[in-house]
Amino acid sequence: MIRLQDIAKSFGSNHVLAGVTLEVAPGESLVVIGGSGSGKSVLIKCILGLIRPDAGRILIDGAAITPRGRDAFLARTGVLFQGGALFDSLPVWQNVAFRFLRGPGALPRDAARARAIDRLARVGLGADTADRLPAELSGGMQKRVGLARAIAADPQVIFFDEPTAGLDPIMSGVINSLIRSIQRESGATAVTITHDMSSVRRIADRVAMLHEGVIRWSGTVAEMDATSDPYVAQFIHGAPEGPIRTLR
Amino acid sequence: MSAGAPLAALGRAVLALLAATGRFTIWLGQVLSHVVRPPFHTREFGAALMQIGFLSLPVVGLTALFTGGALALQIYAGSSRFDAQFAVPQIVAIGVVRELGPVMVGLMIAARVTSSIAAEIATMRVTEQIDALVTLSTHPLKYLAAPRVLAGLVVVPLLVAVGDILGILGGWLVAVTRLDFGTREYLQNTVDFLDATDITSSLVKGAAFGLIAAATGCWAGMNAGRGAIGVGQATKSSVVMAAVMVLAANLLLTEMFFSR
Repeated sequence: MIRLQDIAKSFGSNHVLAGVTLEVAPGESLVVIGGSGSGKSVLIKCILGLIRPDAGRILIDGAAITPRGRDAFLARTGVLFQGGALFDSLPVWQNVAFRFLRGPGALPRDAARARAIDRLARVGLGADTADRLPAELSGGMQKRVGLARAIAADPQVIFFDEPTAGLDPIMSGVINSLIRSIQRESGATAVTITHDMSSVRRIADRVAMLHEGVIRWSGTVAEMDATSDPYVAQFIHGAPEGPIRTLR
Repeated sequence: MSAGAPLAALGRAVLALLAATGRFTIWLGQVLSHVVRPPFHTREFGAALMQIGFLSLPVVGLTALFTGGALALQIYAGSSRFDAQFAVPQIVAIGVVRELGPVMVGLMIAARVTSSIAAEIATMRVTEQIDALVTLSTHPLKYLAAPRVLAGLVVVPLLVAVGDILGILGGWLVAVTRLDFGTREYLQNTVDFLDATDITSSLVKGAAFGLIAAATGCWAGMNAGRGAIGVGQATKSSVVMAAVMVLAANLLLTEMFFSR
């Protein structure tokens, strides 16, 4: 269980998060939606400990997160970054097997490579990609490699940061399907942030909308489609007119 | 504008400089603590040795060779004004080993290695690769900074030794081909004149400059701003910072070794 209580974060006078309270149940797939610049990435980085919130508490399985607790949390966590964040200098298989090549849980190189090739196969990539560098791959393949790295250690919690950003609709569908099937098969808790409504419909058990620094609304996909909340309605229909101010 | 405004601005600049120095010092202490604490990233250390040491050999060697040759010509021209041409080997040796060798190598490393480290790590920062390291349970200081700083500390003294030798060889080459010196006489005078302190100071300076060059590159990269501008700014500031720190450290170490 991940629980956020009144998380606040400002950058100068820009109050990005202004008291976010949210819960993610074990095994649940939560998708956080919101416009560009609404603080979705900041929220996920606060949970991961990459950004320190100004106020509020983050509880993992009921305990407030500490530096030691964060290390333990990250050890059972996988993250797919928006741009992939693959290590340029390492071939694909070493990116995927990064955890298994270093540290106390290191495997022999052959075993780590075999594990990486297995995870690449899980996301639809052949062994021939294993020795290529990330720069030699298309955007869609980089996302898949990022996904393979995120699931490499069989994480209990997976974070997806804009998983379909920059991809064509077909590749977006492929990534969404992979995310959903991996999450269902593994039973992992998934937190996805996106503004891609096709991702929301394919991935989400529950949806939460972040707007002006707080969770404005949350519910299931069916409830989202039926809601009368004007903010959610404007967002999911992409309407230019409505309560959400847009720059034109 | 009030009369005190320039002083206030100067005070703010000094305070900012002191604060930055403090942050850098604390950061460097953390990096050095990772150097001696397991786990050790030996592959990254090996790659850093290659990048900082082996791949710098051509530029360091050529720079030292040409500088040694030019120094011999200058000393010959200057010393001939008071009939002291015989001192060319000794002055080339002392000039190269005590000063020019370490400083030239330090500045070459600042230009070649510091900029490369800063640009690489800054790019990793803006593309979230450093965040990815954290989520993969890997401390960025331990993985990125510690191997590079240790490699700089270890390998730059060796580069300085190579630079010293090639600088002296450059002087010898010019002396025997242009200034009528004999090979045996030149090299014998060189070896006889240098003492252990000269060589020790050269190697210690190399270690200090290697530490400075690698650390400033890592520091600037890890603190880079956003986007391409952030990467460019980090690269530029790292080279300036490293060059100034190398020259300042050179003065301090020269004072330490050779002041009476």
